[in-house]
Amino acid sequence: MNRLPAPFGSRIDRSRPIRFSFEGKPFEGYGGDSIASALAASGQWVLSRSFKYHRPRGILSMTGADANALVQLPSEPNAAAERTPISEGLRVSAQNVNGSLERDRDAIMDRFGRFLPVGFYYRTFMGPRRDSWLKFWEPIIRRKAGLGVVDTKAPHRHFDKTHLHCDVLVVGAGPAGLSAAIAAADAGADVVLCDENPEVGGVLSYDRYDPAVLPGLSSRLEALPNLRLLTGTVCNGWYEDNWLALIQGNRLHRTRAREVILATGAIEQPAVFRNNDLPGIMLGGAAQRLIRHYGVRPGDSAVVLAAHDDGYRTALDLLDASVSVVELVDPRSAGVTSPLEAELRGKGVAIRKGATIEAAEGTAGNRHLARVRVGGSWIACDLLTVSIGSAPAWQLPCQAGGKVGYDAATQMMTITLPEGPVHLAGAVAGTDEIEDAIASGRRAASAALSRLGHAVADEPPAASPKVARPRYVQPIVADPKGRDFVDFDEDLQVKDLQNATKEGYREIELVKRFTTVGMGPSQGRHSALATARIVAEATGRTVGEIGITTARPPVGPETLGVLAGHHEALERRTALHARHVALNAAMKPVGAWWRPYYYGNASSAEAAVREEILAVREGVGLLDVSTLGKLEIRGPDAGEFLDRLYTMAHANQPVGRVRYCLMLNEMGSVIDDGVAYRMAEDQFYVTATTGAVARVYADMLFWNAEWRLRVDVLNLTGAFSGLNVTGPKARQVLQALESDIDFSRDAFSYLSGREGMVAGVPVRVMRIGFTGELSYELHCPSSLAPELWNAVMAAGRPHGLRPYGLEASRILRLEKGHILIGQDTDAITTPDELGFGWAVSKKKPFFVGKRSIEMRARLGQTRKLVGLQFPAGARNIPGESCLVLRNSAPAGQITSVGYSPSLERHIALAYVHVEDQAEGSLVTVKCRDGELVRAPVVAHAFFDPTNARQEI
Amino acid sequence: MKLLTCPMNGPRNIDEFQSFGPVRARPDPNATADRDWSRHLFRAENRKGIVVEWWRHVPSNYFFLAERNLVSNEIIRTFDASELRDRA
Repeated sequence: MNRLPAPFGSRIDRSRPIRFSFEGKPFEGYGGDSIASALAASGQWVLSRSFKYHRPRGILSMTGADANALVQLPSEPNAAAERTPISEGLRVSAQNVNGSLERDRDAIMDRFGRFLPVGFYYRTFMGPRRDSWLKFWEPIIRRKAGLGVVDTKAPHRHFDKTHLHCDVLVVGAGPAGLSAAIAAADAGADVVLCDENPEVGGVLSYDRYDPAVLPGLSSRLEALPNLRLLTGTVCNGWYEDNWLALIQGNRLHRTRAREVILATGAIEQPAVFRNNDLPGIMLGGAAQRLIRHYGVRPGDSAVVLAAHDDGYRTALDLLDASVSVVELVDPRSAGVTSPLEAELRGKGVAIRKGATIEAAEGTAGNRHLARVRVGGSWIACDLLTVSIGSAPAWQLPCQAGGKVGYDAATQMMTITLPEGPVHLAGAVAGTDEIEDAIASGRRAASAALSRLGHAVADEPPAASPKVARPRYVQPIVADPKGRDFVDFDEDLQVKDLQNATKEGYREIELVKRFTTVGMGPSQGRHSALATARIVAEATGRTVGEIGITTARPPVGPETLGVLAGHHEALERRTALHARHVALNAAMKPVGAWWRPYYYGNASSAEAAVREEILAVREGVGLLDVSTLGKLEIRGPDAGEFLDRLYTMAHANQPVGRVRYCLMLNEMGSVIDDGVAYRMAEDQFYVTATTGAVARVYADMLFWNAEWRLRVDVLNLTGAFSGLNVTGPKARQVLQALESDIDFSRDAFSYLSGREGMVAGVPVRVMRIGFTGELSYELHCPSSLAPELWNAVMAAGRPHGLRPYGLEASRILRLEKGHILIGQDTDAITTPDELGFGWAVSKKKPFFVGKRSIEMRARLGQTRKLVGLQFPAGARNIPGESCLVLRNSAPAGQITSVGYSPSLERHIALAYVHVEDQAEGSLVTVKCRDGELVRAPVVAHAFFDPTNARQEI
Repeated sequence: MKLLTCPMNGPRNIDEFQSFGPVRARPDPNATADRDWSRHLFRAENRKGIVVEWWRHVPSNYFFLAERNLVSNEIIRTFDASELRDRA
């Protein structure tokens, strides 16, 4: 075991052993351990195989950002082993492995690497045939590539979303973030502080600093009630106007902050040399995290590469963790000194200046680091820590509009944000020392507070006058034998990037697309800076000119569950839903609405529909039409308003009359229909189709925002319900009800409307007929609809009244040749194509679409919607959307088709060529199976062509 | 998510709104050549600069106007449609 005694291991609970397995082998760790730390504690350093060459890979950063440390959990692919806690019995396996992690059959790819140059895919998998990629290569590559495996049977988990509002959001609870949050909260601002780690402190929680600093800051947090701390929370994206996505486990906090302080820190950068990817080679911070957070001894004998004080601190930490430090290699010249040098030398550590790691070699199969070459000689070691500098965590700042630059004097990447509500603090702003970071946090808080209008108590401390020391820049030279990785995720070597520039890809965005650098899970965290330097060197430009590729949300991977959240499908039910269910209706969704399809069991569906149709044709039926759009137009200009919106004349429509209304869009296509009942001079009750009402309602107010007519539009779709009583006996049913409305034929004629009371319920009744039978449509407040339904059902019982569903309604209207907007019309349907010339006013000077239908009429009509009927007993009936042909070329299509029990044959509505529209023309229709059938055109309603029945 | 300040409802998340496109001069449909009418219907200007657009606050079905910079996506101001008419 590589465990160190307490106080090492701040995250683990040694009293809580946890057993789990990796690659089928049992392992044990402690509560608080991550998968990677528990495995490391047991000497298991190899976690995965690399993407392209299947080289063994292990811990690099301990931050969870690398493909190196992604593992497979039973129901979760690509879990970050460095962040995912172990749990009892957890079964973990390695990814990107053919066979086993230990013996990967694809490890041979490492030898064939020279046959897989960058751009290999683009060049190789194009042929030999046009479809070779899809048919042959892609399946092979899919098997070889890809990381984890999705478990399609994964159990459902609970996800949810919350809304979070605050004055100041501080991202990152390191020294800068802590001081910023405390300063902002001290001034009275409502502050949220988030950090992806389970504890606060950031670098203070694992690096070698004065141990009093962190408690000095963190002890303040609890005393501030206006500071909310969210640990284990990743800020995964900045969006416009300071909207940020904070992900805490399975919860997404949709956060709106007035001011944002980004204290996201810096990302340690790896060094580039041959075999720099061996397990056992890790960033200095990774070794320190293993020691301090998990009490894991990262090796027995170490070489430390240090071009920064960080490396010296790492060396001292390693000594404390009883790792023998063979040598500290500082590539800087002898003149550059570190204040920690003397302490290290005092502990007997050899320090070599002006040298660097030239190459590494591994044990058999490259399973672990065995030795490194420095100054031409080999040093045996099983751990190499790398501390050669860092890059600011640019992702969130760049999303917030930050520009990345490069300071040639200090050799540092810089980030500049525009003046505004986003501020940088700490290492991301370029600070180096802890005191500077803390001061920088306070400065950022002051800037945010003054923008919020808070009085800033004391003058913010000025920026540190100390000039940062120039950073060490590692010269990157391609190793003649390669395997000097720049991007570990994608197995890209120095020569790959150099070759890309030789191919002519000089711009960083193009280099990225050609080589895939920065496209892996770490998204360039460890490769962007080195890539910029390589491209700058190869193209004779500066790193600042090259820059980095655009950073977009999300910062890190996020699960679909987090995005979906706690999702319930929206559904709308009419006020009569319970009545339908009680009558054993087969309820089906129609858009968001649930409607009765037919009443009865599925086994007798066909018979039920047939009986419902016959009831309407011979007796009386009742349909719930509550889903219809219902709009009330009120005001002195109501008639003029409808005149402009619809094609018929409404301004002159008498009070008490109902008129069909047809709506066009500006290009003259039919978009909606309904009826308008004029209840008073200044009041219309207008119906719209179920699917279009939301749009019609919006369009009405949009037009009137321009027209400014004196009208008011009220959407009563939910507030009112509708019952259609239809059939030859409809009048008898209504006359049996207590009412102040005279339902007699003479008093209440076809296309009239009446207001009054029916069975004690206030109603608006319209005599219209979608079914072609005598019909009364009763609309009433939804709260009273069940009462009205019961009354109608009771009154109808002696007359054999039967509720009918959507399927019967569909056939009933088809028998009458009535169209359904959206089903029988498409985006270019004109009134002429429907034969609706009668519904278009020739007298009105203007209505929406008028100019366009006139223009389109001049262009010539090409198709017409007609009825088709198929011989009784026909074997092959075309379905909806089947093509209507003319001289073997498509001329139109079937839009509705169904079996008419009244006619005992199949009937359809279809677009046919304009020259085929005459009654009796035979048209050819191509069935789904390809067979061509002939059907005669029926130019009028199939049933009751003279419309006598609806006017009885 | 962007904020849009509705003249009636105050600042709200932009997903509560629907864009109805730039305010355009509507040619007289009875006195415009076919070609110009077609352009009116199907050609959308998309020049860099500041546009005045129609927006709808969906829950309240309220239409208003916004001045927006098409390059920076900055919403300069929002105002009620009556102001447009008064100006015209």
